[in-house]
Parts: sequence; C-alpha cells; structure tokens
Amino acid sequence: MGNPILVVEDLSKRFDGFTALDGINVAIGPGERLGLIGPNGSGKSTLVNCISGVFPCSAGRVLFDGEDVTALAPHQRFRRGIARTFQIPKPFASMTALENVCIPIEYSAPKRYRGEEIETRARAVLAELDLAAKSGEYPDNLTQIDLRKLELARAIAVKPKLLIADEVMAGLASTEVDETLGLLLRLADSGITIVMIEHIMHAVMAFSERVVVLVAGKIVAEGCPDDIMRNPIVEQAYLGE
Amino acid sequence: MRTIRFWLGAVAVIVAGLVMTRLVSNQYYYFAGYVVLQYVVLATAWNILGGYAGYVNFGTGAFFALGAYSSVAAMKTFALPLPALIIVGAAVSGVVGLGTAYLTLRLRGIFFAISTLALSVVLETFITNWQYVGGSSGVYTTRPRDALIFGDYVQLLFMTMLLLAVVAVAIARTIERSSIGHGLAAIRDDELAAACVGVPTLRLKVIATVASGMLMGAAGAPFPYYLTYMQPGSVFSLDYAVNSIAMPLVGGTTSWLGPVIGAVVLGTAQQVATVTISSELNLLIVGGLLIGFVLLAPKGIVGLVRRLARSGGR
Repeated sequence: MGNPILVVEDLSKRFDGFTALDGINVAIGPGERLGLIGPNGSGKSTLVNCISGVFPCSAGRVLFDGEDVTALAPHQRFRRGIARTFQIPKPFASMTALENVCIPIEYSAPKRYRGEEIETRARAVLAELDLAAKSGEYPDNLTQIDLRKLELARAIAVKPKLLIADEVMAGLASTEVDETLGLLLRLADSGITIVMIEHIMHAVMAFSERVVVLVAGKIVAEGCPDDIMRNPIVEQAYLGE
Repeated sequence: MRTIRFWLGAVAVIVAGLVMTRLVSNQYYYFAGYVVLQYVVLATAWNILGGYAGYVNFGTGAFFALGAYSSVAAMKTFALPLPALIIVGAAVSGVVGLGTAYLTLRLRGIFFAISTLALSVVLETFITNWQYVGGSSGVYTTRPRDALIFGDYVQLLFMTMLLLAVVAVAIARTIERSSIGHGLAAIRDDELAAACVGVPTLRLKVIATVASGMLMGAAGAPFPYYLTYMQPGSVFSLDYAVNSIAMPLVGGTTSWLGPVIGAVVLGTAQQVATVTISSELNLLIVGGLLIGFVLLAPKGIVGLVRRLARSGGR
C-alpha cells in the first residue's frame, strides 16, 4: 500500500450530548476496496457525512491525498476527488437522468468541460453504468435500481479518486445486488478507491479487501473479510450475547 | 437560434412601446402599463431566487422600497438624472441583498422566508424615522419638465420601465441558461445532493440574491417620480411581496417566461378590476387565481401549456 489516499485522524462527532463518532482512525490506500459495516446507528453514515463535508467534525482531521480537507465545504471536497452516494437516492427531480449527470460535469474542476463536451461526457457515464437507455427519463419514472445507478453515475461523473457508496444495494432484489456488485468491482478496476457501506454481508465480503467494523461510534475490529466473519466481537455486535 | 429570436422579440416589444407613445395619448394607459411592467421586473427578479433556487423571499417590498428611497436620497443630495437614479437604486439594493444573503442563506425553507419578512419590517421602521427622505409624513417629488422625445413625463417613465423589464428578463434568461441556472435548479431539487456533486451552493445563492435584489431596487428607483407623493406605507406594502410571489407561481417558476406571463395576466387583471369594480378587489383576484393554479396547475401556465403540448404530440 502506497501513501494512503484518505486518512481519518482521531475524528469525533457529537450531536449535543450524544457522541456519534468517538476517536475514529482509518487510513485507506489508493485503489483499495474497503468495506464498512456495523449495526444500525453505529455511526457509518455520520462518518460518511464527516468525510464528505456534510457535517463539520467536532474533533480530529480528515486528510485527502496528503491535504487537510477538514475545513472544506462538500463541493470543494468533491472537486478534489471525494465522491459519495446517499443511502436514500437524492436525484434532481426536475431534470432528466442525463441532466442529472451533467451537473457534476459542468461544475467539475480543475478540468472544465464546455458546451457539447458536457453532454458527451454525461452520456458516456450513463453508458458505463448501463443507463444509456434511460438518459431522457425523469427520476419519477426510474426503478429503484436505476435510481441507485443514477446516484452512482452522478458520483463518478468526473472520475473521483474515492467513492463512498452508502448502502447502494439496500432494498434491491438479489439479482440486482449482484449486478450492482459487478458495477462497483468494475469501477474499482478502473482505479477508483471505493468504500462500501452495506448490510448485505455476502456482498461486502465478496467486494472488500479489508473490512472495518463500527459499533457505537468506535472501530471495534478491522481485518480481511474471513477474519472479520470469525471475529467474536463482530458476532456479538450483530447478534448480541 | 432561440437567442436570436429572443432578442428580436425584445426589440419588437421596445419598438411597440415607442409606437404606442406616438399613437396613444390617453395618460391612463401609461399609468396602468407602468404598474404592470413594474410587476414584470419584480416577478422576474423574485423568480431568480424563488423560482430557480427555491428560496421564497417575502422581502420584495423591502428591496423595492430601498430602490425608491435611495433614489429620493440621491435626488435630494446630488440631483442625479433618472438613469443614474436607477443605477443607485440597483446598487443599494444589491449591496443589501449581499448582506442579507450572507446573514440568511444558511437558513432554509420557512426560516429563510421569515427572515426576509423581518428585513422588510426593519427597513420600514428605519425609513419611517429618517426625516431626510420624508419620514412618516412622506416626500414630494417634482418630475423634470423635460420629457425628451415623449409627450409627457409619464410616457417617459413608461418607456423606462419597459426597458427595465426587457433588461430584467434578459438577465433572468441568461442566468437560467448558464451553469449558474443549472446549479440553482440542482439546489432547488436537493441542496445537499447538489453540494455533494460539486455545486458551490452558497456562492450561487448569493449571486441569485444579489441579482434579484438589484433588479427589485432598479424597479423601485423611478417610483418617486411616478407617485410624486410617496410615503413608507405605499412602497413597503405587502402587496409587492404577495404579487411578486403569486405572479411567477401563476405563470410558472422554472423558466423566464413564467413570471412575465404571470405579471402581465395578474397585473392587467388587477388594473382592470381597480377601474371597473373596486380598487380593493384586486388582491382578491390574486388570491383566487393563486388558489386555482396551486390546485389545478401547480407548474403554472407555462407548465400547463407544456403538458398539453406533450400530450397533444403523442
């Protein structure tokens, strides 16, 4: 593993009296496929929000590509290469699938796409996610899996360095889970570092090279998928004693 | 191609206005037309923030009044000509828009709306107590005698407002079609998602608020000459806020054409009602039409026409 692409250092997040994240330390290497698991309410999405800049951290730092991005706004982090999806898809409802994907391309920096280039690039991204046929559809008319793909398409539209996929498979049928898994592996192959947050165990275990387990705002275990599956702490967190 | 058509239309509107000043001498039409055109500017300006970005501003009256009173102050202090007064009005309202933007744009939904209403109340109190611009007793303005090529000064004011309306619509259309407009639409649909795909949300909202405020201020600047006697109550009226929200909603908020149609339809209906039925009835018309549109055509006249065109094409 070369220099880590993302370093989360002693990160804490408190909401009034409640500590959602408590001294998180994680480093992710370039090109790594990391799984992040944990029971509901363990702080996974809060961690995503702190990394992507949606929430300010209460303490600690986020370093991306060697740069301290802790004080940056979400759009600035996106432009540096941190992309994320939302657990509940958040499409731009008044725009077609194609126009949805045009937004990140139009606002990408430092490389500026202009005029027709934007649309050409957006079409290529939709094709990459097998959504080309839906480019003229409005989100209202898209199925769940297509909405998830659109969410991914927007996130990877300008080739991020890091993609955080927050439960992109939740609620999908098992063939759709396999399809999405295939997509994410393809994206990882293209050189994007991916953090997968997921409750569907077989998908996380098949995808990840390393798994981090979050329980009540703390990292309780970390290792390769096989070790994690056998780890008694993990079993206890999920199934109780 | 569409841009050429737009500008040809704009030139045609201006020429039609000029022709009207040659053919029609009844002053009433200019008085009434001025008010309708003023609403075209206000509704268009409101729509830049309210329609494109989805931030409902109840402070139209404040920005409009600020333009009118800056104009009074500039008139008394420097005796500036009308075009300069418009620039001053736009600049002052733009600066206040900038301040308001930074103070309030971190608020969303109803909280933002309330804070803009508060701005209106604060400014009205300030103006009511500022004797230099007339205070609570109001201020008289004498119209210049020279009306250039026009029959009288009201015609000149009418043409000025027509030009302002064309400029306002052109600015709104340019914003709508630029990346700023696309970004604002993303903010309206889902601000968090927009920020997470690289849209600089705060900056775009500030730009929209300043542009919107400037146009409202510009619309207010010639108002002292129009009224000749102006008091705080007549410019800070809630009518401006209500109308400039209702007109884009009736016309359609997602394109520049919506507020124009809404302002012309509602504005004209109000003028007609004022003359033929009663001057108090005009807001009732606004209310009635608004309820009707919210229930039957939530995307306004533009949305309705588009829907009909689409189902007709199939």
